[in-house]
Amino acid sequence: MIDWLSDLVFWIVFAAILFALRRQRIFWTVGALALLLLFNQFFTPGFFHLQVLDGHLYGSRIDVLNQGAKVMLLSLGMVLVIATGGVDLSVGAVMAIAAAVSSRLLVTQHQPAGIAIATALGISVLAGAWNGLLVAGFGIQPIVATLVLMVAGRGIAQLITEGQIINFLDPTMVYLGNGHLFGLPFTLTLVVVMLLLTYFLVRRTALGLFIESVGDNDEASRYSGINAKQVKFLVYTFSGLCAGLAGLVACSNIKSADANNIGLYLELDAILAVVVGGTSLQGGRFYLVGAVIGGLFIQTLTTTFYAKNVSSDIAPVPKALVIIAVCLLQSEVFRTRLARILRPLEKLLKPIGSWLSRSQATIARHDSSKP
Amino acid sequence: MPTPLLEITGLSKSFPGVKALDVVDLVVPLGEIHGLMGENGAGKSTLIKVLTGVFARDTGVTRLSGQVVAPNSPREAEALGISTVYQEVNLIPHLSVAENICIGRQPMLLGTIRWGAIVKRARAALARLDLSLDVNRQLSSYSIAIQQMVAIARALDISAKLLILDEPTSSLDKSEVEELFKKLRILRQDGLGIIFITHFLDQVYEITDAITVLRNGCRVGCFATKELPRINLVAHMIGKTLRQTEALEQTRASTATIRSEAPMLEARALGKKGSIQPLDLDIRPGEVVGLAGLLGSGRTETARLLFGVDHPDQGTIRINGHATRFRSPRSAIRYRIALTPEDRKLAGIIPNLTIRENIMLALQASRGSWRRLSLAEQEKLADKFIQSLAIKTPSREQIVRNLSGGNQQKVLLARWLATEPKLFILDEPTRGIDVGAKAEIEKLIQSLRQDGLAVLFISSELEELVRQSQRVVVLRDRRKVDELTEGAISEEAIMESIASHSVERPEA
Repeated sequence: MIDWLSDLVFWIVFAAILFALRRQRIFWTVGALALLLLFNQFFTPGFFHLQVLDGHLYGSRIDVLNQGAKVMLLSLGMVLVIATGGVDLSVGAVMAIAAAVSSRLLVTQHQPAGIAIATALGISVLAGAWNGLLVAGFGIQPIVATLVLMVAGRGIAQLITEGQIINFLDPTMVYLGNGHLFGLPFTLTLVVVMLLLTYFLVRRTALGLFIESVGDNDEASRYSGINAKQVKFLVYTFSGLCAGLAGLVACSNIKSADANNIGLYLELDAILAVVVGGTSLQGGRFYLVGAVIGGLFIQTLTTTFYAKNVSSDIAPVPKALVIIAVCLLQSEVFRTRLARILRPLEKLLKPIGSWLSRSQATIARHDSSKP
Repeated sequence: MPTPLLEITGLSKSFPGVKALDVVDLVVPLGEIHGLMGENGAGKSTLIKVLTGVFARDTGVTRLSGQVVAPNSPREAEALGISTVYQEVNLIPHLSVAENICIGRQPMLLGTIRWGAIVKRARAALARLDLSLDVNRQLSSYSIAIQQMVAIARALDISAKLLILDEPTSSLDKSEVEELFKKLRILRQDGLGIIFITHFLDQVYEITDAITVLRNGCRVGCFATKELPRINLVAHMIGKTLRQTEALEQTRASTATIRSEAPMLEARALGKKGSIQPLDLDIRPGEVVGLAGLLGSGRTETARLLFGVDHPDQGTIRINGHATRFRSPRSAIRYRIALTPEDRKLAGIIPNLTIRENIMLALQASRGSWRRLSLAEQEKLADKFIQSLAIKTPSREQIVRNLSGGNQQKVLLARWLATEPKLFILDEPTRGIDVGAKAEIEKLIQSLRQDGLAVLFISSELEELVRQSQRVVVLRDRRKVDELTEGAISEEAIMESIASHSVERPEA
């Protein structure tokens, strides 16, 4: 009964959000998420079940928020990089480095958690700055420049952990990925704070405009006095920071640093999240909130497959199909084509259509008759 | 009456918020060069794009040799015999000349490309234009003028019935234009129909047989060129009498506005190897200095040095007496220098951002990212310039890519005016712009001068230079060859100065 009620409230709120966004670019992203959730509402028993334990909320939707934190954090940095017309393939490897550094400091060096976290983040920023230097300073193509760290990064992480999987029990570190705040996973707070911070950084200053301008027309931006190199350097550095945070969350989740597996292939999820969020890979206009919701979408998809017992070996296939569908929905070309293909159906629907327009005309008459 | 080659009736096309074409008719008989005239935003480009299948039409019928046609893509249009050379060179700079000419219809054998045949075909196509180029060289290694000729050669390579030339001459110098016209006359005799779009009135009268005038998406009329006095043509195009432009022609620029003898900008022996030979240049506040020369004479290169885009390897720049060095446009902007580039598409507009964002961009860049202009300030700024420069747009939130060339140029001017510059470098500000916008921009230059700005005005149109400048610096072959001062400035003097120093034909 309670579940039924809370579901109803959830869907009413969701529908209201969708309606409010109906003219926005991210409508399609949120709409795709809604469809996916709707599928789960009907076909995945227990997906919408919520329960309170020790004052904390538990349930699949909460799991999605918690597990999705990593991709959402990554997508915040990734969306800015992609907006400048680049891409950052190294974020997964940087996650592994951050995890390796923090756990090594904690366990082998017996440093307090604060220092471990700060150092890990500092090194992630440096890794991002390295990417920025290659792209902005030396003009190397972003794919190649970040591929370097993508490949080398895991090796570096292995060096730091000396090939071991380091386990830790430090309460602060464990809290990062498993703790609760306000009855919800702490990671959610982390994502919201980072989203607000990023929003402030790019939309309350002119940085966002410069990023879009550089991504849209690099040369003209330079002619307008924008320091395009600085802008690019900044976004890669910021992406490094986001990757570091995601890495800390990832190793905290499993209370250990596994240099081989932390953040593996997550760069691809982050890129997909950005694209699903409505930002073009060609750069230019970007959608911050869209990217985060895109991350949520990807995680919901993953969790759905877990819930449906799809083996993780073949899960990427249906995942790819769903993502293609979402991207097609966003494509204006596809939507017009689809409309053209569906045109024959119009004949069948004509009676309904004419009935609709008749009733609309009636409404319009009523409206215009008002003073 | 024989069936005309092309007959368009009742063509309409709307974009969100704009009616680009409103029931337009166009008839082109066989063997005619037909001028299509109109201001920017009159609908010429849209008409062409509908005709060649880039855009879908809303209503209307196109007949080619009596047959109803409705191409859905430029490829289909080409197959029907309608080929087009667009305003901006639409070739692929990194491919070779031969590849550019044959791309999309390369001769194949068993699924592989016959490179030998491509080269042969490219040579043949170029030969029709009397051009001998190394067809294996990368296209981008040739000047824009040559690239334009290659684009035309490409269009001729298809067995075209109807050739559409959209501003083909805007990057060509005089002799190249004549060369092109010679070819067009031959093609006309061969029975080709040619639609010729240009802003140069001289050229329309030199080459066309009939003219269709468009204004605001409507057809004003179709006239035989011989029977249409120029003044009437212009009046049809802008829809009013020409008092405005006539007034401009009478006011000759005078030195009266020069505020001081001390130059705002003083360049001494400024040069860069392979770009421009060392030259001296002074620009005083309240003075317009014209920079004349043929295409490729080093005009744009000079502007790039003065704006910090390129770095000089010799010489000095002084701003108000202080020696300085520009590491980038940023440092030039700090000295209140502004530049609107020759190539609007490449170095000017940010195509997918709005008018508002494009206008505030340079001002914001000079303020840095922290001191963000509030949305209210941005809107005020945008509205101010949309009004004062008469930028035609339904809204300030329109994406700049959707504007016509003239309006894009005005947005660029607004971007720099917002920074309140002291020196304004205008590189071909009126290229590819209609008569009305041209007059407005010229008027703007005059008012800038009266406000005490120093202006460097680069233009290929001599009459414009003569009207605007108090001093004209003449370049040839990347070298300053002359400097004409007030009283000595005339079109003949400039031409003589370009020509008299010219022994061989300058490199294109």
